[in-house]
Amino acid sequence: MALSTTSKRRLERRGQFISGLAVLLVVVLVCTLIFMVCSRGIATFTRDGVPLGSFLTGRTWNPHQSNELGQPTVGALPMVLGSFGVTLLSCAFSLPFALGASIFVVEVAPTFGRKFFRPLVELLTGIPSVVFGVIGLTMVVPWTRSWAGGTGYGILSSSIVLALMIFPTMMSLTADALSAVPDSYRDGSYGLGCTRWQTVCHVVLPTALPGILTATIMGMARAFGEALAVQMVIGNAAQMPSSLLTPASTLTSIITTSMGNEAMGTVYNDVLWSLALILLIMSMAFILLVHLVGRKGSSND
Amino acid sequence: MGGEAKDGLVAGHVSLWYGDSQALRDVSLEMRPREVTALIGPSGCGKSTFLRCLNRMNDRIPGCRVEGSFRLGDQDLYRDVDSYELRRRVGMVFQRPSPFPLSIYENVAYGVKRHLRRGKSQLDATVERSLTEVGLWDEVKDKLNDAGTSLSGGQQQRLCIARALAVDPEVILMDEPTSALDPIATSSIEELAASISRERTVVIVTHNMQQAARIARRTAFFYLGELVEVAETRELFATPKDKRTEDYLTGRFG
Repeated sequence: MALSTTSKRRLERRGQFISGLAVLLVVVLVCTLIFMVCSRGIATFTRDGVPLGSFLTGRTWNPHQSNELGQPTVGALPMVLGSFGVTLLSCAFSLPFALGASIFVVEVAPTFGRKFFRPLVELLTGIPSVVFGVIGLTMVVPWTRSWAGGTGYGILSSSIVLALMIFPTMMSLTADALSAVPDSYRDGSYGLGCTRWQTVCHVVLPTALPGILTATIMGMARAFGEALAVQMVIGNAAQMPSSLLTPASTLTSIITTSMGNEAMGTVYNDVLWSLALILLIMSMAFILLVHLVGRKGSSND
Repeated sequence: MGGEAKDGLVAGHVSLWYGDSQALRDVSLEMRPREVTALIGPSGCGKSTFLRCLNRMNDRIPGCRVEGSFRLGDQDLYRDVDSYELRRRVGMVFQRPSPFPLSIYENVAYGVKRHLRRGKSQLDATVERSLTEVGLWDEVKDKLNDAGTSLSGGQQQRLCIARALAVDPEVILMDEPTSALDPIATSSIEELAASISRERTVVIVTHNMQQAARIARRTAFFYLGELVEVAETRELFATPKDKRTEDYLTGRFG
């Protein structure tokens, strides 16, 4: 029997209401989250009287003490540098492998790629970061120590662990970007007698470049935000990183190590929120970048 | 400038399988030098598959198996020539115009750059000659650095033909080159096919029987993977020998 018009209309309205509610909830959640991080993060500057400049460029991190002006010594530069260091370095480690592997599974052995390699790599995405941390702790740190001396903890070890962690993201997205290159371009190139390598270098990679950039940025965003695994292998020394092989810390690692120990409302706690604010702003910058690159890519078509 | 095409393409007893399904059955066909040969037939009859055998584009399809022989002059295309060299000598134009996402100049120069080390002036000359040959030079000479995709559909297809001509092939294969184009662009591509055939061998797959009648010296009719009949175009259209050819030409199927 057919539904009457009124009951159809009611069904329609109910569906709209439920899906609309879901959207509203997410929007409210995101907005309050951003508001909370911002309001807490700003307290360092408004309530505790730390100048923004000395926070961002200060080289000493010791929130329990004050300097000669009576301001807490909360220079975040060591952590900012640590975060950018591990992000860039892990990307540099991961990108060549991600690119090479995606070229292989998209252009050379698509069946092997689709049936075996990509599911395998996706499995890697599901491994919890603490497992990567443990592997880093038991394999990478001793290895670094064995040839570089020192403790083995530091930016280099963290970058190696992070490179492993962001590889699946970067590889999957890069492979998607390569697959999205229209086959007609490949046909055109092969039809002119070009080899596979020539086709990849001169047609496929240039066409997929915006997508590869997006993959890189997504990988960087993940590396920048990763806390646990990094915390386990970086050494957590809140000092200016003098080399890749000495203990350092990142924005995330210092938050996870300290947040539980400091009472709400103290200067230390406020400053940790400020670090979180930097993280938030950086993540937004990464997302913005992805959209910009995406838009540029589509306008070229 | 290379020499004229002296030898035709000869396919002998060609059968082809995609996995277990046979797409071509014992096809033997001679495509004479410096002539347009048209391949006609209903969709799925194997004419495009056959065309793609001629420069081994089917090699890229997994599970595709070819038997029989293809000869260009005294060379066997599947044994004596490597597929990259073969595709330079036997160029291809596809159904949809699909210039690379590069400038007009780079589109034409693309193949040349991949095969030969050429100086800038030689490359410029090749680009100009190829674009002139397809009648595009006057239209684009002031905007060679514009994107190839900024051209109209018909211009893009002529650009793709120029791209194929730039590496100086002996044979040009055209796979329904006008099916995505309007009537005016179609007639310019047809004239172009005719003029190319003064020096090179042209094999064209078409859905359009009038097109075959307009430009092809000889026409081959394919049906269900078989070559049913091949003859001078006029003869084939006027007095088809096979009942299936007659049915197709009179529009009784396909």
